[in-house]
Amino acid sequence: MKYIVSLVLGLLFGAAIFVAGLLFNPFIADRGLSPLSVTNAEVITLNFANAPEETIAYTNDGESLQDPHPEKVLQLWEAPIRSTSAMVTVMRDGRNRVAGIGVKFSSDSESTRLLSGELITDSVWYVYLPEHGSLFVEQTENYFPFIREVAFPAWRSSANSWRGNWLGDLTTGPGALGTAAVAGGSGRIEGLRMAGVESMSVRAFSTNTGLVSSEGRLIVEMPENETADAD
Amino acid sequence: MHVPDLRGELNCGDTVLLKTFFLGILLGLAAAAGALYAIPVVDQTREASIVTVAPNGGNSEIFHVNIPMDRIVLGDPSQPVAVPPGLEWPADETLADVRAELFKIRNARDAVVGVAVRAAATADENSVIDWVLHLPARGSLFINMDVALAEGGYRMGKISSGAREFEQMRGGMTERWVANESNDEDAPAGRIELATTYVGQLEPLETGETYE
Repeated sequence: MKYIVSLVLGLLFGAAIFVAGLLFNPFIADRGLSPLSVTNAEVITLNFANAPEETIAYTNDGESLQDPHPEKVLQLWEAPIRSTSAMVTVMRDGRNRVAGIGVKFSSDSESTRLLSGELITDSVWYVYLPEHGSLFVEQTENYFPFIREVAFPAWRSSANSWRGNWLGDLTTGPGALGTAAVAGGSGRIEGLRMAGVESMSVRAFSTNTGLVSSEGRLIVEMPENETADAD
Repeated sequence: MHVPDLRGELNCGDTVLLKTFFLGILLGLAAAAGALYAIPVVDQTREASIVTVAPNGGNSEIFHVNIPMDRIVLGDPSQPVAVPPGLEWPADETLADVRAELFKIRNARDAVVGVAVRAAATADENSVIDWVLHLPARGSLFINMDVALAEGGYRMGKISSGAREFEQMRGGMTERWVANESNDEDAPAGRIELATTYVGQLEPLETGETYE
């Protein structure tokens, strides 16, 4: 009997070591500098609130960490959309003026590979900017660095919360340099193919309610021969 | 520094117990790695696609939205009633002529398969009506619609971009409002019918490759 107990304890200890190794694996590093932060091309910079309470509307299956907002919004409980969330938010330019409206759909991705530090979400943005036109942004996002550096420390904390300053790029593809594919649909950006990067800045997170204080940023790089006056 | 001589202090049973524990650790490491490798973390539920071959080439697929039950958000400054209750649409002048609606979308079997946004903006020169359909297990479509209605109450649109399964697809979509004619109490007021036609893009032949 004692050998079985010893084996089971060893199994649990081994699994715990594995999880710790995964979370603190030095070979799973952040990508660092965004490729768009060193671009010479003109960029459209859009800031948005991404904590559900601060958005116009946010919904998911109703059982996830983040509560839908407003309270009575229709929830996405049907099986094919259960792992999807939808957000409507105001997009602001670099001077914090209202620039347009953004809608984001995010779904858990089957290409998630925790062994290699990839917690992937497939997401698309629809952005309408009265000054420029409409944009469609397609991207894969990796939330593993966020889990490792914000959510896990919050879970370990006795207050179940985390406070600090975390800034990270979420976009990891489908572009070769880890950028999102952006298509212009109307207005002066109609027909343009561009690249983009979404990043997130978190100041407070709770394991009970999710994002408490955070802001997102979407940067779209215009083609070399185009100019943008949004920012 | 004193280093205890465990060999002298452990009897045979203790040594086996210790070895069992270390074996457990190795098995635990292997089991956790194997489980993460073999068991999918995410497994999207898929509804079988109902795709038909269009007479003039390409594939057709029809989706619809039951109104009002599939409407998630109605963001329209001119509407007196907000959907959902409590929604605060921004009062900023920049968005005065912008209307955005979020829906659940259904396939021909009336099963929910995705979500969509329909955005409409009125401007002097450049009015816009766009759709984005997001089918979590398959991908997304971005469609620019003509502002003017075509004959028969249709509005035609062009697939401008796609993601994942739809990345290489081009084609079009029509939207039309179909009013409900049944007398059922629970019946919707009507539905928005979205008929898509996908055409795969031709790929250039490799050098030296000939068409047979």
